[in-house]
Amino acid sequence: MKDIVYLDNSATTKPCKEAVEYMNKAMCDSWGNPSSLHTIGITAEDILISCKEACAKALSSRPDEIYFTSGGTEANNIAINGALLARAKQGNRIVTTAIEHPSVAEVINSFEAKGFEVIRLSPQADGKISIEDLRCAITKSTILVSIMLVNNEIGTIQPVKEASAFIKEVGAPAILHCDAVQAFGKLPVRPSALGVDLLTASGHKIHGPKGIGLLYKRKGLHLPALTFGGGQQENLRPGTEPTPLIASLEGAVRALPATATQLKKMSELNAYAKKQLAATGIVTFNSPEDALPYIINISVPGYRSETLLHFLDAQGIYVSSGSACAKGGQSPTLDALKLDKKRIDSALRISFSRDNTPEDIDRLCDALLRATQKLKRA
Amino acid sequence: MKEIILIKNGELALKGLNRSTFEDTLIKSLKLSLKACGECTIRKAQSTIYIEPKDDSFDFEEGLDRVSKVFGIAAFSRARVCEKNIDDILAAAPEYLADTLRRIKTFKVEAKRADKRFPLTSPEISAQVGGAILSAFPHLRVDVHNPDEIITVEIRDFAAYIRAGQLPGAGGLPVGTAGKAAILISGGIDSPVAAWTMAKRGLKLDAIHFASPPYTSPRAEQKVKTLLSKVAVYSGTIKLAIVPFTEIQEKIAAECPEEYFTLIMRRMMMRIAERIASYHKCGALITGESLGQVASQTLPAIGVTDCVTNMPVLRPLIGSDKEEIIKISRKIDTFETSCLPFEDCCTVFTPKHPKTRPTPQLCEQAEAALHIPELIEKAIAETEFTYID
Repeated sequence: MKDIVYLDNSATTKPCKEAVEYMNKAMCDSWGNPSSLHTIGITAEDILISCKEACAKALSSRPDEIYFTSGGTEANNIAINGALLARAKQGNRIVTTAIEHPSVAEVINSFEAKGFEVIRLSPQADGKISIEDLRCAITKSTILVSIMLVNNEIGTIQPVKEASAFIKEVGAPAILHCDAVQAFGKLPVRPSALGVDLLTASGHKIHGPKGIGLLYKRKGLHLPALTFGGGQQENLRPGTEPTPLIASLEGAVRALPATATQLKKMSELNAYAKKQLAATGIVTFNSPEDALPYIINISVPGYRSETLLHFLDAQGIYVSSGSACAKGGQSPTLDALKLDKKRIDSALRISFSRDNTPEDIDRLCDALLRATQKLKRA
Repeated sequence: MKEIILIKNGELALKGLNRSTFEDTLIKSLKLSLKACGECTIRKAQSTIYIEPKDDSFDFEEGLDRVSKVFGIAAFSRARVCEKNIDDILAAAPEYLADTLRRIKTFKVEAKRADKRFPLTSPEISAQVGGAILSAFPHLRVDVHNPDEIITVEIRDFAAYIRAGQLPGAGGLPVGTAGKAAILISGGIDSPVAAWTMAKRGLKLDAIHFASPPYTSPRAEQKVKTLLSKVAVYSGTIKLAIVPFTEIQEKIAAECPEEYFTLIMRRMMMRIAERIASYHKCGALITGESLGQVASQTLPAIGVTDCVTNMPVLRPLIGSDKEEIIKISRKIDTFETSCLPFEDCCTVFTPKHPKTRPTPQLCEQAEAALHIPELIEKAIAETEFTYID
């Protein structure tokens, strides 16, 4: 039996062998400054070129559309700040959802405070925003649409492609940004097929290292510089590129199994999990049927999230509390779904990676049953 | 240039025959607190304590900050040490005080000649130093009645000291001079403030925390340690007892009426705290309660928690508003830590409609099903201790 059952892969994943090896090699053998003109520099620059190629292949895009950032948060910040600065003169409306990650929501809030009009679409009962609402929200004065592809709390897939069609239909000057941090490497993510101008992904959610993310920027779209420096990465993100992290990201991307096959495997694991969890008789499901199979959000009514989390922790099983504790904190998605407070208070997020097995699910279900036998109801 | 810190004792001067004990305790606190800044000598003469850095490696600014957090000090100042000859004093004063002198308009010089062998009298010293300052800073004027700043020159046995103004000290009494008491701490805003307030009145602190894993988070325990380390900057080392409380809370939830959950929990905490505190020679318990703040802090609720202990329970915040408490918690830098959201023993098993007018008899009935002595023994036997500084 494995020592630990790690089921919190939407928070972060364990770095894969390739990610570690690539980083090690970059630090030992290719430690130059990629901007240097000499051979040592060129060897380091090869890392950038090679990683861009790998990422471009994964996104079916071009290598010169890939920019490296310090992670999803920075990529979202560059995308939204840049897009709004670029389009500020052409309109005043921002369309987004009520369930974005804080690194999107907070940037948009800061523009709302400066006088921009923000439309935040709330999810319907199925966890998705309504296509009709989306169509109505996008007007000729819309300059930015930012929609996440997969929600980080319940795994619902949002209608990003539709947004791109509506922007064209209306003739809005809007730039379309998509936070695909929870989708990259799990779903087929093709910016050109989705019709997005900007797309965010992160390394540590796909068994890569923390501290590296990427921003896809459609060729031809110009964003103003927000940070000033030595001109690296076309000034979109200046500063000497972190080659060890970039190499490691490449290792992780190259190690990604074919998306379609992996998605099928994950659907089977998800189905097994749902069956076994339902069989315990103590669980209600917060994730809708058609959510990304990597994420299942459940509630165990009568038991606080944090209590369950610590109980599972003591058995070597690691999940995330779907909501914060009685002392505060928020779960934007579960709140937006207007679930009953007791259900929110007892929510757990179980998130898979390719390393999980049906035995992990069995151990989780056993432990949950034991928790309800042993713990006092709140 | 050599600088020292001079401390004028606050209330200490009032303490008559106990004064030297108080001063010795204060010097001990200062020694402990200043250990991290480097080597220095601390000595007292008349009602002044002199802190003299051994050499330049002493972190003087950090030293000033630490002195400002030691209880029992009304005011303190930094001073320049100078040779006992008037030429050196006249050269040093304008230079050392330049920053202060540039920012003010009027001043006066007060000279104190403790060493009567010094050839000039106090008024002569004042006049000469005043003249030197005026010629270096022509924008200044002397105002003996209402100066912006008083410049003091002291001629002592071994050296002369030049200083301007005084910095406010933390006040209160040296920690330890009033005895020792144990603070019950959960991790909220109030208890660290209560602890600080009583340390200020000279109490040395122990702390008692109740942990109920898995209902409470290991981070709640870490949070309490962080809070206590911030209080310890003022109070010195705190001995923390972590009492396992899961079983007791589960038993209460299983066997007592819901509206009494919190009251019975607090009665159990008091009983355990009293045992631990008296074993460790504390003279009192301290809580962060503020009257009427929550249902368990109404007068009848306080009554039924007090009546299970014979130890005095100090509640320094009983008459404070939340805003006043928050103000102190910001000042002592505990506010942000207190606001971290982790479940603690006070947030689990909270009744929907807590009893706000309990009586001791009703509580006794409500807890009748519990085997109180055994529960207490077990919790105390499994209590773990750690030192926070």
